[in-house]
Amino acid sequence: MATQTRTTGGAPAPGGSSFSLSDPTVRAVVYQVLVVGAVVLVGWFLISNTLDNLARRSIATGYSFLEREAAFGIGEHVIDYSPKDSYGRAFLVGVLNTLKVSIIGVILATIIGTLIGVARLSSNWLIAKLASTYVEIVRNIPPLLQLFFWYALVSDGLPPVRSALNPIPGVFLSQRGLFVPAPSADPVWTMMGIAFLVAVVAAYVLRRWAKARQARTGQIFPVGWTALGLMIGLPLIAYVAGGAPTALDMPTLKGFNFVGGMVLSPEFFAILMGLTIYTAAFIAEVVRSGIIAVNWGQTEAARALGIPSGPTLRLVILPQALRVIVPPLTSQYLNLTKNSSLALAIGYPDLVSIANTTLNQTGQAIEGVTMIMGTYLSISLSISIFMNWYNKRIALVER
Amino acid sequence: MTDNVQSVGLPDERPPANTVGPIAWLRNNLFNTWYNAILTVLVLALLGSAIPPFVDWLFINAHGLDASSAVCRKDNSGACWGFIGEKLRFILFGTFPYEQQWRPLLTIVIFITLLVASCDRRFWKPWLGLVWIAGFLSVAVLMWGGVLGLTPVENTLWGGLPLTLILSVIGLAVAFPAAILLALGRRSNMPAVKVLCVTYIELIRGVPLISLLFMASVMLPLFLPNGVSIDKLLRAQIAFIMFAAAYMAEAIRGGLQAIPKGQYEAADGLGLSYWQKMLKIILPQALAIAIPPLVNTFISFFKDTSLVIIIGLYDLLGAGKAALSDPSWRGFYREAYLFVGVIYWIFCFSMSKYSQKLERDLNRSHRR
Repeated sequence: MATQTRTTGGAPAPGGSSFSLSDPTVRAVVYQVLVVGAVVLVGWFLISNTLDNLARRSIATGYSFLEREAAFGIGEHVIDYSPKDSYGRAFLVGVLNTLKVSIIGVILATIIGTLIGVARLSSNWLIAKLASTYVEIVRNIPPLLQLFFWYALVSDGLPPVRSALNPIPGVFLSQRGLFVPAPSADPVWTMMGIAFLVAVVAAYVLRRWAKARQARTGQIFPVGWTALGLMIGLPLIAYVAGGAPTALDMPTLKGFNFVGGMVLSPEFFAILMGLTIYTAAFIAEVVRSGIIAVNWGQTEAARALGIPSGPTLRLVILPQALRVIVPPLTSQYLNLTKNSSLALAIGYPDLVSIANTTLNQTGQAIEGVTMIMGTYLSISLSISIFMNWYNKRIALVER
Repeated sequence: MTDNVQSVGLPDERPPANTVGPIAWLRNNLFNTWYNAILTVLVLALLGSAIPPFVDWLFINAHGLDASSAVCRKDNSGACWGFIGEKLRFILFGTFPYEQQWRPLLTIVIFITLLVASCDRRFWKPWLGLVWIAGFLSVAVLMWGGVLGLTPVENTLWGGLPLTLILSVIGLAVAFPAAILLALGRRSNMPAVKVLCVTYIELIRGVPLISLLFMASVMLPLFLPNGVSIDKLLRAQIAFIMFAAAYMAEAIRGGLQAIPKGQYEAADGLGLSYWQKMLKIILPQALAIAIPPLVNTFISFFKDTSLVIIIGLYDLLGAGKAALSDPSWRGFYREAYLFVGVIYWIFCFSMSKYSQKLERDLNRSHRR
């Protein structure tokens, strides 16, 4: 901190042009030049070696390979994909698969983690002990082992496709995953989605209006119930208005697998289950410490003011607890996203697994690894930025 | 006046039965409200339906360590510990030559002794470092062999628990000094040094460990001059060191930030140089504060070594999974993963308990 502060005693006279290593300012410059020089030197050494090696193996650098035909199939894709598509599109499929499992995982882990964190503080001894047993077991076992276990449970523990379990008509459970009937394609589903988005926007506007009115007149408007009503009601109206289609797309056995309906693949199930259960244990600890951090006196004060227990939790405890919870929660979300790369080990086609296939086929090792790293860095950065924005919003406003 | 003062004490009454004893405990902890009572009953019912079958599977119907897979397949109502009985040495020691397996066993013992000894704060003396160096040297001799009449063993044959311990403990030991430098660099006020350190730390922390392992396994060979090659184990070790250094640097930075400014100013006031100030005043205090987070980093690092399976090394988890690929033992994944999981769990759980205890102890000494 004070390396550059000039000591008055034996320092050279100010303005003197003497170049002395005992002058901290000069020393700092020398050190930095040395460090940067060393880094540049090592970097140059590595790059020149790499170029040399690439030339020797006649591998062309650059990203032009992304436009070539990928010629490998991907089991799960959010967007249309066929082996005739390019490597670039295959990679995009991988990114979307990573995002899909991360987003669903974050939502589920937050819900389960919060429940378990609260359960650990329960006054019910049994519940509290059960929750802490869960946390202590799950977070001390490598996530990869948990993934393997869930995957083996599905792929080894369930019957093959031919003798699939059929608990309810139309629902099939086998090694290839869980097949359920899906509603047939219909424009109504898009309309319902739009109606839901409209309801969300309406709820947001309503909340602002209700807050402003409460500040003006003191009257409280039941925002929560109205918003819930809107979010269920509007899509329902859209559904009825669209003719209430009931046609279902049933999964049927064709050849070696089921066709039609919706499928929950064993790979997706294993990675989602593993990530959710593992991260939930950490989120539970974050939530628990956040709640503990809020002084008990706050609850007592709210009670003394006659605030009911619901609003006490919502308006007194949570805003203070969230301030403690959000930063470590952010790093848990980041961990979950990064851990989704373990998908490679069980064959879920996430971005690492697709980049791995690509670099094995094309030999473009450097490009493949930089694409993986670049994508994760941008995902990490976006989550950090969003959570920092949210954190700032809920941070204590000091006067 | 003294009439109404009773001079003889009444015999002690027992407290009301509903305020002490097991019944009161039940009332206070399990049935204190109506919803807690419902929850208790539900949880008890759930446990009652889940635990007995599990115990049956684990012990009662289980086949012993000498059971063959044919016996287990005939009656699959219980666990087949014959799998562990046959594969124990493979899971623990990997493909290390069979008659030489006392060497990895001794390696495990050395590592565990060192770790346990280092937990005792009485041993936190400079000579502990020398003991660790001696430990590493003996592990190297034991695993590689080639001297003292030990037959040499290629490191491609290493596996199981020793590999997990080598990757994590050596990774940590090498990364530690680097992490201190990175943490100091991040708090330095030399802009070039600071930017370099921040970039490195954030870059590593922003990407998953798998991508680093990939980098080490496919890019590192390209980085080296033609003709120079390093083996798979060393490449993985390098990736782990790079990874651990960044995470540990953040733990140490937390310790550095907790040191009051007065300590820095006092050191400057005494006219100490930067390194004197850091080595004699700041780091001893900062590292003591950083030990619990460092132990936590080590725990997650220990779990993360299981990822080497992806680049084809057989650590504890990898060996467990490889044991399952034996056709005659295919399908006994519950036994395999339970066994391996318990080993990981014992290591991680004891370390996390130790870290919690340490945190309490250190807090006590910091309290005034």
